[in-house]
Amino acid sequence: MPSPLTRDGLILAVILFALGLAGVLVRRNVIFVLMSLEIMLNAAGLAFISAGARWHQPDGQVVYLFILAMAGAEVAVGLALVLALYHQNRSLDADAASRMKG
Amino acid sequence: MLDWLWLIPALPFAGAALLLLAGPRLPRAAVAVVGVVSVGISAVLAGAIAASFLMHPPAGAFEQHLWTWMAVAGFQPEIAFYLDPLSLIMILVVTFVAFWIHLYSAGFMAGDEGYSRFFGYMNLFVASMIVLVLADNLLLLYLGWEGVGLCSYLLIGFWYRDPANGRAGQKAFIVTRAGDVAMAVGLFLLFHGLGTLRIPELLARASAEWPAGSPLAIAAAALLLGGALGKSAQLPLQTWLPDAMAGPTPTSALIHAATMVTAGVYLIARTHTLFELAPPVQLAVALIGAATLLLAGFSGLVQNDIKRVLAYSTMSQIGYMFLALGVGAWSAAIFHLMTHAFFKALLFLAAGIVIEALHHEHDIRRMGGLRRALPVAFWTFLIGGCALAGLPLVTAGAYSKDWIIASTAPHRALWICAIVGVVLTSLYTFRLIVLVFLGPMRTPVSKRPGYAMQIPALVLAVLSILGGFDRGPFRTWMASVFPAQPERPEIASQIAASLAFLIGLGLAIPYARRSAVSLLERFWAAGWGFDWLYDRLFVRPIVWAARIDRADAIDSIYRGAASATRSAWHGLALTQTGKLRWYAAAIAGGSILFLAVVIFL
Repeated sequence: MPSPLTRDGLILAVILFALGLAGVLVRRNVIFVLMSLEIMLNAAGLAFISAGARWHQPDGQVVYLFILAMAGAEVAVGLALVLALYHQNRSLDADAASRMKG
Repeated sequence: MLDWLWLIPALPFAGAALLLLAGPRLPRAAVAVVGVVSVGISAVLAGAIAASFLMHPPAGAFEQHLWTWMAVAGFQPEIAFYLDPLSLIMILVVTFVAFWIHLYSAGFMAGDEGYSRFFGYMNLFVASMIVLVLADNLLLLYLGWEGVGLCSYLLIGFWYRDPANGRAGQKAFIVTRAGDVAMAVGLFLLFHGLGTLRIPELLARASAEWPAGSPLAIAAAALLLGGALGKSAQLPLQTWLPDAMAGPTPTSALIHAATMVTAGVYLIARTHTLFELAPPVQLAVALIGAATLLLAGFSGLVQNDIKRVLAYSTMSQIGYMFLALGVGAWSAAIFHLMTHAFFKALLFLAAGIVIEALHHEHDIRRMGGLRRALPVAFWTFLIGGCALAGLPLVTAGAYSKDWIIASTAPHRALWICAIVGVVLTSLYTFRLIVLVFLGPMRTPVSKRPGYAMQIPALVLAVLSILGGFDRGPFRTWMASVFPAQPERPEIASQIAASLAFLIGLGLAIPYARRSAVSLLERFWAAGWGFDWLYDRLFVRPIVWAARIDRADAIDSIYRGAASATRSAWHGLALTQTGKLRWYAAAIAGGSILFLAVVIFL
């Protein structure tokens, strides 16, 4: 039986993940999409930490550090892409950048 | 020395491989060197092997086994070469004439953009022909046979930008293919009946197991004859040869002199035992030869394209060879093959000089008076023409042709055909010379030939005169290959042929000057209507059948597959909306689906 802390942590992670996913799907502004992605990443990180606490292992926190590093890199690349997109389209609307349709 | 035999086909083949794979990246000079030298070394090797063969003749024949091609339950064709006096004389002629043609091409094709492609194909052509000649079994011979056919297609359609050239190449390929199919069936029959395709064994078994005139022997010989008719452009498969003039002139020289059209004559001479077992087929060979030589002679009289005249003359000279084969004068046929290779290569090379000097003008009515402008072309063409027409006592062509005519003496009708053929040959040859080189000049000369083009013509001119003088050694040499033939007095035939030559020569000048064209002449000019007939008989019914058969059941399977693919493409293309959020939704939905499958199943 997991401890209440683990259970609450996992529930919070699920809520955060769902919020993030909803943001990615609903928001049209690319900056907000990126921010929602960050929320999803952090939700996944919270799930790892909760699970690590459940089995008294440091692995969960180690993975969270990896996720942090990856999130930093992702933001760097993502913002560069957002800038390039803005130069191209003069807008931050994700739906406006649809020239690659089949 | 004889062990180096394999190098003779290997060198041109290696040259072809190098030129076709790396040709465009080589400098032009290197291309010419690779193309010419590979054949040149082959020719030198062939000469050295011939000398060694003559000085220390091996018992019977020299055989070289390289490796076993395949081995399937008793069927074991080998890559092996068989050198006897017949194949020796053939490789000498092929490599030697081909070398001079290659040297000439280095000058003739100098400005062409497909320089390396051209030499690659030419080398492959020579290599295939050598394989054909040296082959120890009929399957390897067939490989060379098809290689020659392929290269003729590639070279006739060499200038592929003009669709007419491509069509001429296809015609050559398809018409000879009709004969090749017959030959393939003949090989099946021979293997089925005799259990081997090795030529010496096959011939020995055939004469041991099949009585003369047995149906199997007749069928096998007739099927092989079919193949020979296609390759050698004899009636009724002769229609491709005049159209083959679409290729570059050195190609025509190679096809007509050293390779391709002589293959049929060689095949029949090689398997002569089989034809002796089938007297009706042998008689058919003689009749076809006589018919072709007359038909081609009449067509040659009225052509206005310099190369088409030469094409019809080749057809008619090969007809003489078939005539000789048909009456059993095997050595005479091979002798004429050799002299014909010299003078016909010479005629094409000289014609090529003329054609290039006049800016690719082929029409002899617009030529004339080139005697002073192009002296080398004039004198060499004159020598070649005299050899072709059979100027008595002097030229090689006269000796070889007289031998054939004398051999036909027991068959009065064939003999008369042969003599009439001499009149025709002399008539169209000198009409050509009068129109092209004498009279007023009609087109100015724009380009003089270089040494690379003149020297081969001069060498071949010398051979066209000296090549036929003494046939005593040739006769003794061939005695080990062919059955002995009674010596016939030739003097009557020689006198008749000389008279025929003079009649043709005398008629040529008034004939060349006239301009009216009768209906009969237009019929001859169209090749006796064979193209028209085949178009009605074969081409149109097949095109018609293909058109009504456009939507049959089998086609609809493939068409269904194609349309299913197309609608799948339409459906999948719809999902590519270009909208980022739809992709993200699809990824999320897909992940949820997979997780659900993993958890609940």
